[in-house]
Amino acid sequence: MSRDWPLWEVFIRSRRGLSHIHAGSLHAPDATMALRNARDVYTRRQEGVSIWVVPAASITASSPEEKDSFFDPAGDKVYRHPTFYDIPDEVRNL
Amino acid sequence: MSGEPGTWDGRADSATLEPPTEYVLALADDALVLAHRLGEWIASAPQLEEDVALANIGLDLLGQARSLLTYAGELEGAGRDEDDLAYLRDERDFRNLQIVERPNGDFGSTIARQLAFSAYQVELYGRLRSSDDPTLAAVAGKAIKEVAYHRDHATQWVLRLGDGTEESHRRMQAGLDEIWPYVAEIFDPWPVVDKLVGVGVDPTTLRDSWSKYLSAVLTEATLTMPEPTFHGRGGRRGLHTEAMGYLLAEMQHLNRAHPGATW
Repeated sequence: MSRDWPLWEVFIRSRRGLSHIHAGSLHAPDATMALRNARDVYTRRQEGVSIWVVPAASITASSPEEKDSFFDPAGDKVYRHPTFYDIPDEVRNL
Repeated sequence: MSGEPGTWDGRADSATLEPPTEYVLALADDALVLAHRLGEWIASAPQLEEDVALANIGLDLLGQARSLLTYAGELEGAGRDEDDLAYLRDERDFRNLQIVERPNGDFGSTIARQLAFSAYQVELYGRLRSSDDPTLAAVAGKAIKEVAYHRDHATQWVLRLGDGTEESHRRMQAGLDEIWPYVAEIFDPWPVVDKLVGVGVDPTTLRDSWSKYLSAVLTEATLTMPEPTFHGRGGRRGLHTEAMGYLLAEMQHLNRAHPGATW
C-alpha cells in the first residue's frame, strides 16, 4: 500500500443554508475514500451535513508575493462598502 | 475439531442464563470484543486517517455493547451493570462468536473480518428493528445506520485491495482465507432463539442475503470466496480460541487490578 497518498482539501457545510467552509486536509487514495476519511476525521462530533473533497493539487492559490498587487489597491476604496445610503425607517431588513 | 455444531456441548460449563439474557449478552459480547480488537489498531493503521476510521467503528460497536450489556444486566436481575459484565466475567462466560476475537493480523485480515461481520450485522439489525422487544428494536434502529457505514468502509477497502496491485490482491485474499473458517459459526442454528420467537433473529435465516452481498463484493474485487475445511465453533456456548484469554487479560486487567477505578 502506497504511503504517499495524494492530499485532499475538505470542505464541510455545518447546516442547511450555510456554505461549505474549509475544515482541513487529509490523505486518501482516491475521492471516494477521501470522502469517507473526511466523514471520520472531520464530522465525528456532528460538525456537518454535507462534505466536499477537492484534490489539493487542483486548487490554484494566490501567492504571497502577489499579496500587495492583489489586495492593497482595495484598501483605500471605502466607497465600495454599502455604507453611504440613508435607509428609510420603514425598511426593516436590508 | 469436527465441523458439527454441538460437538463440544459436553465441555461447556458456563453459567446457565434465561434465554432473553443469554441472547442479549451474546450480541453485546460480539460488539464488545470486536470493539476491543479495532481499538488495537489505533496508532498502527497504514495511515492516520485509517486509525481514526477504525477507532470510530470500534466506538460505534462499544456503544452498542454498552446498551446491550446494560440491558442484559437488567434482564438478568442480579444487579450486574455493564462494567460488571464486561470486566468481571471469565472466558467461559463470554458468548461472542469466535470471529470477533481472532487476532487482527494485517490490515487485509482485519478488513476481511470487518466485511464478513459488518455485513452480518446489517442483516441482523435490519431484522431486529422489528423485534417484539422494544429495547432490542431501539438498539437495532440506532445501530443499523452505524453498521451500514461499517460495511461500506470494509467494502471500499476490499474492492481497492482486491482489485489493486498484485501484492494487495494477494494479501486481501490471504486475509479472507485466514478469517473464513470462523464465518460458518455466525449462521449456525442457535437453540436460544428458538425460545425467543418474535424477539430474536434466527441466524440461519440471514445467510442467503449475506452471501448475496458478499459474492457481489468479492466478484467485483476479483477475489475468491474461500471454502475452508476447518470451522471454528462454540463461541455462543463459551468456547473460545486461544486468542480470547489474552484479549480478556488486556481488556479486564485495569478494572480487576483497581476495582471500581474511574477517570
